[in-house]
Amino acid sequence: MARGVPAGAPTGGRERHGRVPVVVRRAAGAAAQRWRRSLQLRVVGLTVVLCLLTMVVVGGFLADAIGERLFDARQEQAFGEAAEGAAAFQERLDQADVPTVVELQQFLNDNQEALASVGGGASRGFLLLRDPENTATSTVTGLASAGLTQELLPDELRVAVEDKPTQQSAPVALPTADGTEPGLAVGQRVDLALAGQYELYFVVDLRQEQSTLDAVQRVIAVGGLLLVLLIGGIVSVVTRVVVRPVRAAAGAASRLSAGELDQRLDVRGEDDLALLGRTFNEMASSLQRQITQLAELSRLQQRFVSDVSHELRTPLTTMRMAGEVLHEARDDLDPAARRSAELLMTQLDRFEALLADLLEMSRFDAGAAAVDTEVVDLGVLVRRVVEHAEPVADAQGVPVSAHVPELPVTAEVEAPRVERIVRNLVLNAVEHAEGRPVEVLLAGDEQAVAVLVRDHGVGLRPEDAERVFDRFWRADPARARTTGGSGLGLAISSEDAQLHGGRLEVVGRPGVGAAFRLLLPRVLGGPVGLAPLAMPDDLAPDVPPDDPTAPSVLVEGLPGVVLVPSAAGSPGAWGDAGAEAAADAIATASLPVVPPPVARRG
Amino acid sequence: MVPMTPRVLVVDDDTALAEMIGIVLRGEGITPSFCADGTGALAAFREGKPDLVLLDLMLPGVDGIEVCRRIRAESDVPIVMLTARSDTTDVVAGLESGADDYVPKPFKPKELVARVRARLRRSEDEVPETLRTGDLVIDVAGHSVTRGERQISLTPLEFDLLAALARKPWQVFTREVLLEQVWGYRHQADTRLVNVHVQRLRSKIEHDPEHPEIVLTVRGVGYRAGAVAPDAGPAPDGADPGSLQGPGAPGA
Repeated sequence: MARGVPAGAPTGGRERHGRVPVVVRRAAGAAAQRWRRSLQLRVVGLTVVLCLLTMVVVGGFLADAIGERLFDARQEQAFGEAAEGAAAFQERLDQADVPTVVELQQFLNDNQEALASVGGGASRGFLLLRDPENTATSTVTGLASAGLTQELLPDELRVAVEDKPTQQSAPVALPTADGTEPGLAVGQRVDLALAGQYELYFVVDLRQEQSTLDAVQRVIAVGGLLLVLLIGGIVSVVTRVVVRPVRAAAGAASRLSAGELDQRLDVRGEDDLALLGRTFNEMASSLQRQITQLAELSRLQQRFVSDVSHELRTPLTTMRMAGEVLHEARDDLDPAARRSAELLMTQLDRFEALLADLLEMSRFDAGAAAVDTEVVDLGVLVRRVVEHAEPVADAQGVPVSAHVPELPVTAEVEAPRVERIVRNLVLNAVEHAEGRPVEVLLAGDEQAVAVLVRDHGVGLRPEDAERVFDRFWRADPARARTTGGSGLGLAISSEDAQLHGGRLEVVGRPGVGAAFRLLLPRVLGGPVGLAPLAMPDDLAPDVPPDDPTAPSVLVEGLPGVVLVPSAAGSPGAWGDAGAEAAADAIATASLPVVPPPVARRG
Repeated sequence: MVPMTPRVLVVDDDTALAEMIGIVLRGEGITPSFCADGTGALAAFREGKPDLVLLDLMLPGVDGIEVCRRIRAESDVPIVMLTARSDTTDVVAGLESGADDYVPKPFKPKELVARVRARLRRSEDEVPETLRTGDLVIDVAGHSVTRGERQISLTPLEFDLLAALARKPWQVFTREVLLEQVWGYRHQADTRLVNVHVQRLRSKIEHDPEHPEIVLTVRGVGYRAGAVAPDAGPAPDGADPGSLQGPGAPGA
């Protein structure tokens, strides 16, 4: 019988792990990731596996029960047929006249066909075996249908038939052309008169029942599999219904966080998911409102700064011209008025520079600053700045030297902006050099160019360095009163550097000096890479300056210097600065765009 | 020719500034006249016949750019803008409406005077000279540019720009050099001046301003004049080819 189909015995060898091909491992990794990421996949997978288990258990039980019922019914039928056959045989024997063994043998031979046909179409024949405890002296040759031997019968069946007068049965395996098939043997005792007790077995095959059971099992297996697949599909559809809005929400949320503030979800219905969608939309709207409001406020503020700066320009122009006229005529004035006229002029210069820087800053804040680049030889630019800074440097007794490679060092930059940066750095260095030399170095590699401005003056503390690029920040409040920078120069320079995709960095030590390094990509938007010029070792002994792991140096704004006299936004203002600064110690705010100078008082 | 005392019309709604400009100009021997709004500017211009106009870009009534356009429509007189906003769009809009130069506020008196003088100066140091470039003939003394028989009208500044390029056709002019030679800037200045005026010039003299043949761009450097057209060169506008065959090759 098919039940109790032997479970495949565990194979002896154990699979070796470890040497899994890369492709397989990668595919497994991808699948695992998919599994972790997809809620839908997980739900469907789990459902299918659980359903499959259920189907195996239920299907097994069903097949078992059906098999048992089939077997029981067949057995009953076989008992009936066997009993009838045996009774008919016994009756014929009793009525027959068989006084001798020879005649008995003859009778048996004659009845062979009748016995073999007991059991109908499923009959496989009969076996007539002498009871081992039969003590009769006469014996007949046990009869059997072709292909049946007494070895087919289980010993238990023989014992049972010998012990009990009733019918007994047992399953047997019938040999066929290609193996065995299930069969059933039913045995009972018969009395062969002078030959004594014999055992009569009828054997029927269960081919019909087996094929019925096979069909039932197939139906259960196929049906179960289909059912599992169907459930998997249904679950997939159902989870998709739930997961899709969640995925849409996740996508919208990620786009929202990326700045697309007008992201909203389609909301339909009134269920939990619709609630999620509505809540999300409300959140997005509120977020958008607030951000727009803030942006608007910020825009208004920038606009205000810009407007104020512009509105101040017209009266400033008038004042400036008036001051100039007074200044021209100062020789005719009494000493107090003359000095007043001079102070008026210098402070107007400073005011103008401040205004220009303020306006430039507001342009950066508004994001209105744009670079208009061309390929520039920075060597020429650096030499020009150093040359133009000479009047100021000389006035302070600071030697400034430029160390520029022989070959051109070109980069795609907006020359006026870069010139402004270098100028701010040089003048800042001169300002804080304490009379010691200032060096300006230029170098380039494939990706970037670097300008390094080094002074050996007051230097700066590490905590100050972080604030050097802050607006209106001054390292030393006491010094601020005698120097006239706008306080925006380095902030503007830093913005300018960033506008070019580069950066401005600083290191310094109190009493040793400071070094500012400007890094610009050779091609606008290109990478900067590692700096072509290293920061001076003596300024940052704690961390090697060009060690890429040293955060302090790569962070913009390190140990740094301070205020910068500059006129970031005033082209043409280079003019009188040198002479002015030389003459009176009031560092003029307006710094130079271009050479100069017809000394005003000459 | 420039009169002994040049006249300058100051169009500015800020009367204090206008008065101050007047004081400075008078100190330089220039006669100022004033107009405080855009509406009356054109009338004041026609009446005063100034040698130069100083024009504030932001005016009540008709704004400075429109005033500039109207003046330019009827006169080639130099126009210098006064502007508080030196942002690209404002300046370029002013230049494109016909202004020759601009002075950003706040300016120093010397800057203003230098700009005014630079625009008035032209025509003082001229020697009779005939230049050729492309298919154009430039009569420097007569301030005329002709293509064949046809006269092309240029403002003085455009004329100076063309003449500067045509005078040295072998030379590439950087924008800085042109600013110095044509505008009279001795210092670094706004190269947009050059860009805008080259565009304006091209629109007047080129057959196809998109593919200039007379004022050529040298990428990354600046501009230069195109080659003198060969004698039998194409004359798409139907100019009489005979006039091009004359022996009147430029002396320079």
